[in-house]
Amino acid sequence: MKLAHLLAASSLALMAGAAAQAKTLVYCSEGSPEGFDAAPYTAGTTLDASGKTVYNRLVEFDLGTTNVVPSLAESYEVSEDGLEYTFKLRPGVKFHTTDYFTPTRDMNADDVIFSFNRQGDESSPWHQYIAGISYEYYSGMEMPAVIKEIQKVDDLTVKFVLTRPEAPFLANLAMSFASIVSKEYADQLEAAGTMEDLNNAPIGTGPFKFVAYQKDAVIRYQAHDDYWKGREKIDDLVFAITTDPAVRMQKLQAGECHIMPYPAPADLEALKADENLTVMEQAGLNVAYLAYNTTVAPFDKPEVRKALNMAMNKQAIVDAVFQGTGQLAKNPIPPTMWSYNDAVVDTTYDPEAAKQMLADAGVSDLSMEIWAMPVQRPYMPNARRTAEMLQEDFSKIGVNVEIVSYEWGEYLAKSTDPARKGAVILGWTGDNGDPDNFLAVLLGCAATGDGGANRAQWCNEEFDALIQKAKVTSDQAERTKLYEEAQVIFKDQNPWATLGHSTVFMPMSKKVTGYVMDPLGTHNFTGVDIAE
Amino acid sequence: MTETTQQTSETRRMLSEFWFYFSENRGAVIGLCVFMALVVIAIFAPLLAPHSPTVQNRDAFLVPPVWQEGGMSSFLLGTDAVGRDILSRLIFGARQSLVIGIVVVTIALFGGIILGLIAGFFGGWVDTVIMRVMDVILAFPSLLLALVMVAILGPGLMNAMIAIAIVLQPHFARLTRAAVMTERNKEYVMAARVAGAGRLRLMFKTILPNCLAPLIVQGTLSFSNAVLDAAALGFLGMGAQPPTPEWGTMLAEAREFILRAWWVVTFPGLAILVTVLAINLVGDGLRDALDPKLKRS
Amino acid sequence: MIRFLLGRFAYLVPTFIGITIVAFGFVRLLPGDPVLLMAGERGISPERHAQLTEQLGYDRPIWVQYFEFVGNLFQGDFGNSLSTKKPVLDEFLTLFPATIELGLIAILIATLVGIPLGVFAAIKRGSVFDQVSMGAALVGYSMPIFWWGLLLIIFFSGILGWTPVSGRIDLLYFFPNGTGFMLWDSLASGQSGAFTSAVRHLILPSIVLATIPMAVIARQSRSAMLEVLSEDYVRTARAKGMSPFRVVGIHALRNALIPVITTIGLQIGVLMAGAILTETIFSWPGIGKWMIDSISRRDYPSVQGGLLLMAGVVMIVNLIVDLLYGVINPRIRHK
Repeated sequence: MKLAHLLAASSLALMAGAAAQAKTLVYCSEGSPEGFDAAPYTAGTTLDASGKTVYNRLVEFDLGTTNVVPSLAESYEVSEDGLEYTFKLRPGVKFHTTDYFTPTRDMNADDVIFSFNRQGDESSPWHQYIAGISYEYYSGMEMPAVIKEIQKVDDLTVKFVLTRPEAPFLANLAMSFASIVSKEYADQLEAAGTMEDLNNAPIGTGPFKFVAYQKDAVIRYQAHDDYWKGREKIDDLVFAITTDPAVRMQKLQAGECHIMPYPAPADLEALKADENLTVMEQAGLNVAYLAYNTTVAPFDKPEVRKALNMAMNKQAIVDAVFQGTGQLAKNPIPPTMWSYNDAVVDTTYDPEAAKQMLADAGVSDLSMEIWAMPVQRPYMPNARRTAEMLQEDFSKIGVNVEIVSYEWGEYLAKSTDPARKGAVILGWTGDNGDPDNFLAVLLGCAATGDGGANRAQWCNEEFDALIQKAKVTSDQAERTKLYEEAQVIFKDQNPWATLGHSTVFMPMSKKVTGYVMDPLGTHNFTGVDIAE
Repeated sequence: MTETTQQTSETRRMLSEFWFYFSENRGAVIGLCVFMALVVIAIFAPLLAPHSPTVQNRDAFLVPPVWQEGGMSSFLLGTDAVGRDILSRLIFGARQSLVIGIVVVTIALFGGIILGLIAGFFGGWVDTVIMRVMDVILAFPSLLLALVMVAILGPGLMNAMIAIAIVLQPHFARLTRAAVMTERNKEYVMAARVAGAGRLRLMFKTILPNCLAPLIVQGTLSFSNAVLDAAALGFLGMGAQPPTPEWGTMLAEAREFILRAWWVVTFPGLAILVTVLAINLVGDGLRDALDPKLKRS
Repeated sequence: MIRFLLGRFAYLVPTFIGITIVAFGFVRLLPGDPVLLMAGERGISPERHAQLTEQLGYDRPIWVQYFEFVGNLFQGDFGNSLSTKKPVLDEFLTLFPATIELGLIAILIATLVGIPLGVFAAIKRGSVFDQVSMGAALVGYSMPIFWWGLLLIIFFSGILGWTPVSGRIDLLYFFPNGTGFMLWDSLASGQSGAFTSAVRHLILPSIVLATIPMAVIARQSRSAMLEVLSEDYVRTARAKGMSPFRVVGIHALRNALIPVITTIGLQIGVLMAGAILTETIFSWPGIGKWMIDSISRRDYPSVQGGLLLMAGVVMIVNLIVDLLYGVINPRIRHK
């Protein structure tokens, strides 16, 4: 409550003083953030509203690429054996000064260590500072197993000691969960007994400082005056939460917001035709797939899977479902990712041959389930429609398809059941731009079994050996070779039908300048300006 | 023998009286005609529909209705995002809606009547328990309760129908109970009881026929409610699942085209409105014809 | 009167217990595991799954969970949302003003339009006005409001551009310390244009939400009025040469309104259900939309708390209507 009063005072002053002159960028965001602490959450919506705006990390993805560059760490060194990462911190980095917190010191090693330890150390009072909180990315990226120790060498030097060489480690540190929070602020909250405010009223070093949040309606930020990279050109940043894509579009066209994510594919034509708008586009770092259960007959036979893949008219699906917002997929990783093997040839669409192959494999009167996700995801605009089209395609080779759907949570759970019958439509959006994040997470042997993300239950020794080797190799050229080879095995075995990669679009007002799309799918407003 | 003939002539007289009052109401007759037309459409859907409701014409995505520029004469009301003929889907959708109405009303009516009869006839704690359970159901906003129930049972038409029937059923139970309570002490029931009629016989043969009128009216009301609620659940993604040509589900699928293809949004909603309106018109007519108090007013 | 009040309260207790059982039980029956939902496409190892389940307390016997749930209710603790981790009651109260505002305006529109419509239709029974207005009422009553809302958006926001597409007020206006009632906040802030903006945002959603109650009230008013008009004292007054409008104003209207008030009260439940659809269509940040989101997120505590609180609101409103009815119509009290 006290906080609310303070916020009120500040923002009224803000309104009165600069209402006319302030440059305000309004972003019609797609949903409400779960909170403003970037560590416990995995939803992109939440990370856009916290990690990308309020916080920085030791290293970050160079905006517009998946390259990792120094950020709060000025420089870093990796030891010969790949087990020690030493970060030299940037001096003079200021945390936000707000009505609820005034920092007395610059960012230092204590903040870094605190930011990681609260996630990894179960005895820390901050580990469970909100009942039921958990650090999904920290554990999902295997940090508890990888990080042995974090040492403070001096005030501006931090050393991470690992238990094993881990090639994707640096990329992981650039992810939102590794955001650096203020230990001083945390201590202050702990003393005041209002620890949950770390999640309600965040303090970071990022380009924007938090002002206020009205649930399901608006988030307000202000430029951070002392930002170490220099103050942003816009004064205020507003997230207008608008869940319906059609509504977002209407608001954009009406000038109620400047920029929006995730337009409905159906609306793209109209958006592109609007002379007040520009539509930026970029290949998404994602893949949509249909995963067979490779442990259940007859899908345990690679030739059956191949026959089915040959029976599907993927181009028609891309046309009707993605409506020009997607491209055909042949590999399990998207073409924008390094190590993408362009030499792989996709299975050709040939229903006649497919029919013959099925007959040769001794399969007749096949009936199968196809699972269609009940929700729209960035990699798959409409799973239901895809399933219907597959149903049609398969009926032409005499395969009878029943379309099944469950509520989303249940769908995610049931689809990991090793005894699952039927093929599952699902997809993946990359977290950190590393091929390991696709190939090992989705197709590795370790990910099979109940609860694992390997929905094909596909464990191919040869494939697995390649990706395991690539994971501990630090030389990128060598890793590339290994991953390319793995993709060949994948295509040969067809544990999935790769359905498509979606293109990501960002419609925005022509007044907006300097917006850069992130291949990792987040939304960043650094460097953005509004022309008058 | 003579008793039955007397009964039939009595029934006939009541029916013709009923029809007299009912047919006086122009709206009700129109409603009935539309409803009958819907029944015919539903029954003969495969013959009437120019296309299959699920076949996708991959070279005809989002074709506008025939009278608009770009329309094709083979798709009178246009096609949807995967090239399915909207008219055919609407025609087959009539089946879904009628089935929903019939199934829901049947379940709700039977459940409600039995519970109401038991509560009203036995009274005491049985009555208290049953009616309190009904109160609990009625305390929740019906759509919300149905929504949560469908979330439990899993999205699908059958589950949606069960959920809607459960939330509609207390109305029947309350009506039946109230009717039983008033009828129970009337002379003819007393007489039957004295004559040694069993409880079951009393409930079903003597009391029930005398409280049919309000139940029939409530039944038509519930029919239209069921169609509306099922469409709402479909719209929220919890009812019939695509490619089932259920009108609410069609609307949900069409939402993303709201600005680009008005026809995929407009026609399914219109179909729901016309159906519900027809049933409500009939319901009004029934009420006026069956309720002697309102009859002459 | 006090006995009547006590009786009504006593009657509510078992219903309330029933509601807690339903809210708790239903939510426990929901398929889909919230822990798995948190993990998303990534999946989760069985060990981590067990650990999180324990952390959330879902591994304990169901009856233990139930009694803890009820016990906590008495301390005003409805649990914490799984997605935001904040107290469910806080979340509900933050969003409730938006729903109340929408609902109140809708019921106001419904009453102010519905009653005159019904009354005039009754007075002019059989006239063109009667037929047209009652026809319209029946159409309104049969309206799938989710479709109606879409049509209004297409027409007024899309084609004409008269009304904003969604939200409660223009983003320019900001009342961080407000009550959550946008009409009030915008007036109190004194900022020019704020109130107009709030009104413009409210028009379409409230019309959509008002549609069905308006139709019901109009129909109910008409038949109540007809009934009163046919009673002897009204006929006598008419026979004495009183003008029909005076008859209506002095005698008939008051008596006719008694059943109408009950009808209005009963519409609250309808409004709550309507709010779910209306808020979804207009992205209105109220509890209806929150409930839908919570159900699809498998946010157990939020669904549970929301069900309970919404049922509680309906119960309380019904109680108030009952009492009001008792006050207006003293005969009821003694029954």
